[in-house]
Amino acid sequence: MTAMAAPREAPDLREPKGWRRSKNRIMTVLMVLAFVLTIIPLGFVLFTVIAKGASIISWQFLTGSPIPPNVLPAGFGGMWPAVLGTLLITGLATLMAVPLGVLGAIYLNEYGGRNWLSALIGFMSDVMTGVPSIVMGLFIFSIWVLHFGYSGLAGAFALGCLMLPVVIRSSYEMLRLVPDPLREASYALGATKARVTMTVVLPAALGGIVSGALLAIARAAGETAPLLFTILTVTTANPNVFSGANTSLPSQIFSNASQPYTGAQDRGWGAALTLIAICFILMIAARIVTARFTRYSR
Amino acid sequence: MEQSEQNIVAQTETTTELPKPAALQDTRPADAPVRDTSGASVFESKNVSIYYSSFRAVTDVSLNIYENEITAFIGPSGCGKTTVLRTLNRMNDLVPGARVEGDVHYRGASLYAPGVSPISVRRRIGMVFQKPNPFPKSIYDNVAYGPRINGIRNRGKLDEIVERSLRQAALWDEVKNRLNKSGLGLSGGQAQRLCIARTLAVEPDVVLMDEPCSALDPIATGRIEDLMHEIKLQYTIVIVTHNMQQATRVSDRTAFYSVLRDEKSDTRTGVLVEYGRTAQIFEDPQDSRTQAYVTGRMG
Repeated sequence: MTAMAAPREAPDLREPKGWRRSKNRIMTVLMVLAFVLTIIPLGFVLFTVIAKGASIISWQFLTGSPIPPNVLPAGFGGMWPAVLGTLLITGLATLMAVPLGVLGAIYLNEYGGRNWLSALIGFMSDVMTGVPSIVMGLFIFSIWVLHFGYSGLAGAFALGCLMLPVVIRSSYEMLRLVPDPLREASYALGATKARVTMTVVLPAALGGIVSGALLAIARAAGETAPLLFTILTVTTANPNVFSGANTSLPSQIFSNASQPYTGAQDRGWGAALTLIAICFILMIAARIVTARFTRYSR
Repeated sequence: MEQSEQNIVAQTETTTELPKPAALQDTRPADAPVRDTSGASVFESKNVSIYYSSFRAVTDVSLNIYENEITAFIGPSGCGKTTVLRTLNRMNDLVPGARVEGDVHYRGASLYAPGVSPISVRRRIGMVFQKPNPFPKSIYDNVAYGPRINGIRNRGKLDEIVERSLRQAALWDEVKNRLNKSGLGLSGGQAQRLCIARTLAVEPDVVLMDEPCSALDPIATGRIEDLMHEIKLQYTIVIVTHNMQQATRVSDRTAFYSVLRDEKSDTRTGVLVEYGRTAQIFEDPQDSRTQAYVTGRMG
């Protein structure tokens, strides 16, 4: 054996030259290119917002109130009304949309099965994803604002309507990924369906559900259109979300950016950076919290 | 046990051990008392047929399963042995379109009578699955899951149950220092023993095992077989296995299932071919199909 009987040539185990190898190279280059192309606009947006907004942001900018008139240069007043409005309205919308959306997804995947009702709900929720956000604003305007006036609550309704289908769809997909053997293991111990869902299925899908909810929240936090007809844009802080006009960072960015005054435009950039920072902090916080609950999943 | 061998064989031969499956149910009156010194019968299945939608997966299975025994279900793939096993704790209820005809009595109570809650059934009749399926929770929480759904909240009581169950499953020494680590971090054999511990934690009356060792290496398999021998003093065990050596090693009785093909309608269905003492099934099978299977000429 060790003598290697005949001096047979060792097999060539290298990747053969030719089309397969070229294909591999082309695809690798395309993937890197796609990645770079995705990063470029993202990088530019972030860079521009930081470059123009970083100098505006200060403790006073974040907590000061009211939002000064457009003609005043940066340094007066602050964005607190908009920061507060965004936190309250998005928070309220989250409280409405996330539990409802997750429960809806649980119904679709765990209870509805393939009956006509769950098929209908699933289809309608997908259709709802495609509704332009301004239509949601007009919808809430006509059924709520016309009767009860502008309020943070109306804005939260509009944002909630936007978030709901996203939460339903993403949660549904996550619940579908929970392997059936886990459910069976729980059933075999004498668990009821509700308990199987609450103690096994939901925890197993939690990471993905949180991701989906975060996407929905981030999208809602950055929406302007649905708020135009529901909260108006005011310059003083209104901590009461249930009545009275309110404001939000996106609305403020919109109104400031359309001004000819540099002071207003600067404050617009500052508000944009503030919004990005809020979303960023929210994402990190949610990840940390979820990691605690899903630490056994790997 | 030893001295009862004789009359059990005699009894089973006169009652259930007839060559043709069709004759199985007819020879014994439906209400014939089951006399068996090794224990009372835990399950009495009578003419059970199981359908998945319009497909009849299993036809006319009748058999008794006895207390504190290990009963093995063997047979080729697709013969319905797992399906029959799953009728014993109503797991088939979870399969959309599954339907059971005939009846299964568990200690005298019908499992399929109206008003019977599958939840109550499964609290008495636990199941271990083919692939180890620990929850993505800590080892402790995996074992405590069953007791908790039965309302046990007291930490001291739970600790006690967790330790007892893990000891019964011969896993305690390996995991006692990492009870709060994830159950998913265990090896295949450990994970399966964790699943057994989880089942034992609710102190079921019966443990159903669906090919519990098929994903395990021989050493892990050996441990689980030892474990089965130990726990059968307290539990009644039904095991589905593809491994005939395993059936001979662990079981007291063996049921051989096979696939019956109908050439005319091109349909197939699972049937119980022969059921009896394990030694008799393997050494002196009465049916030619059983003989072909256990000697390795088929399946």
